[in-house]
Amino acid sequence: MKALRKQLDKIKPQFQKGGKFEKLHSSFDAFETFLFVPDKTTAHGSHIRDSIDMKRTMSIVVIAMIPALIFGMWNIGHQHFLSIGETAALLEKFLFGLGKALPIIVVSYVTGLGIEFAFAQFRGHEVNEGFLVSGMLIPLVVPPDIPLWMVAVATAFAVVIGKEVFGGTGMNILNPALTARAFLFFAYPAQLSGDKVWIAEKADAYSGATPLAEAAAGIDTGVVNFTHSFMDMFLGVIPGSIGETSTLAILIGAAILVFTGVGSLRIMLSVVIGGIFMGGLLNIAGSNAYMDVPFYYHLVMGGFAFGAVYMATDPVTASQTNTGKLIYGFFIGLMAVLIRVLNPAYPEGMMLAILLMNVFAPLIDHYVVEANIKRRLKRLKAVKA
Amino acid sequence: MSTVKTEREPMFSAKTKKLLIGPLSKDNPITVQVLGICSALAVTVKLEPAVVMSISVIAVTAIANLLISLLRNTIPPRIRIIVQLVVIAALVILVDQILKAYVYDVSKQLSVFVGLIITNCIIMGRLEAFAMANKPWPAFVDGIGNGLGYGIILIIVAFFRELLGSGTIWGFHVMPKAFYELGYVNNGLMILPPMALIVVGIIIWVQRSKNPELQEEN
Repeated sequence: MKALRKQLDKIKPQFQKGGKFEKLHSSFDAFETFLFVPDKTTAHGSHIRDSIDMKRTMSIVVIAMIPALIFGMWNIGHQHFLSIGETAALLEKFLFGLGKALPIIVVSYVTGLGIEFAFAQFRGHEVNEGFLVSGMLIPLVVPPDIPLWMVAVATAFAVVIGKEVFGGTGMNILNPALTARAFLFFAYPAQLSGDKVWIAEKADAYSGATPLAEAAAGIDTGVVNFTHSFMDMFLGVIPGSIGETSTLAILIGAAILVFTGVGSLRIMLSVVIGGIFMGGLLNIAGSNAYMDVPFYYHLVMGGFAFGAVYMATDPVTASQTNTGKLIYGFFIGLMAVLIRVLNPAYPEGMMLAILLMNVFAPLIDHYVVEANIKRRLKRLKAVKA
Repeated sequence: MSTVKTEREPMFSAKTKKLLIGPLSKDNPITVQVLGICSALAVTVKLEPAVVMSISVIAVTAIANLLISLLRNTIPPRIRIIVQLVVIAALVILVDQILKAYVYDVSKQLSVFVGLIITNCIIMGRLEAFAMANKPWPAFVDGIGNGLGYGIILIIVAFFRELLGSGTIWGFHVMPKAFYELGYVNNGLMILPPMALIVVGIIIWVQRSKNPELQEEN
């Protein structure tokens, strides 16, 4: 570690003003702060002095995603061997999944960070750290067999159109990882929906339908037949996107986020409440088989839990005010279930619900702030009178 | 009395040239003035309808500009919009009939959007802003220039949407078969209208970063 520090210090002057590689300053800076805790702290004015910066915050989110990722890798292998009718050891399943997931992660990071670095160089500002999280989220929300070039195209689209045009991390309106997912969903529907794509190298005879697809099929047949039990869905031994299947692993991640104060418990809970509310309403209405699916199933099917914990809580695109967070989260849950059940063209409503509420988040905040100002003005008047 | 030299302007003076070239770059109706967006989204899935649409708009703007400019001193200001609309509507109906007669297939693809040229803001805008206050020849050139400015963006957008969305250009397959065998898939999003908006946005982005004077101060 010390040798590395020494080496860095030795080459540092070349990257500073007047140095040989002055233009590459932001790249150097990115690597230096990635490897070592930056020695810059606030000198005056603020009350709390802490060297935590965006890189540390983002790293915590990445750590919180690891349970879902590890489980996802195992599940890819598990589903694969199940579909071809073979039994395999735990490690064998995991290694199979690792072989599927790792290339996607590498492609996502290389493409995204490459673009981030290029933009930072070009614009002459620091490299934004936001992609550390997006780069990990993208592999977790795609099916295991997705062609790698699609991941690259979608990542490039999300980083350039979803983020850089608005001015980089912190300025984006839409969650970049979900932008990538939405791009894939609309651009390459054959690779992102249906029964074929959710199990890696699936045997043809084996049904690869996700619980969501099975539930949607219930609208036509009149009865919903789940192949998997509620417990299976909770644990995550079901076909689906790489990281989204296991509600249990996601809950562990949620605990890490909430405990470290990085993720907002308020948003997570209100998403769940919104989902339960809408699910309950549909249960009461109950005019087709899908509506009759008990409301708690919605919480463990598809990407509901994943979206609630990792996507909806994105501090950039979510509402900022406390009341705003409640409204924002509630409508995400509500819309997600609504789209799932009432619009068969979009089997997974979570992605669209979060993107929609991302757009509304600033508006919600605006009215929350306005209401607060009005209330305080009234109080002021009452005091004066 | 001093003799005022009334010099006749040449047909293609620097000023008229600017009228023709300006809308192609720094005065573009779509990317700078952001007019006529709706039709730009609707007819740019394929190159062929986009080209036909561009030609129709060029014809309508140019002739409407010319006619209104000829009439400009006789139109009572209070009913000028109605007069302008009548002229545009008559021209659009003519264009529509011609399209139906000679390129029926394309006319079917364009469907209502030919009729909607009447409401295209570019045409009304040019009539109000230019033809009502200028002589017929500059007005005619201005109409052609703005039509071209509209058309060039339409064609750029349609080119990318058709190439990436269907793998064809003007209906001919240009994406090599080998690509598809390697797993290449046409981008379905390119066929949906939002992508037209994004492509127009990218053109605006590129144009503004090349011409800093177009950027708004904030």
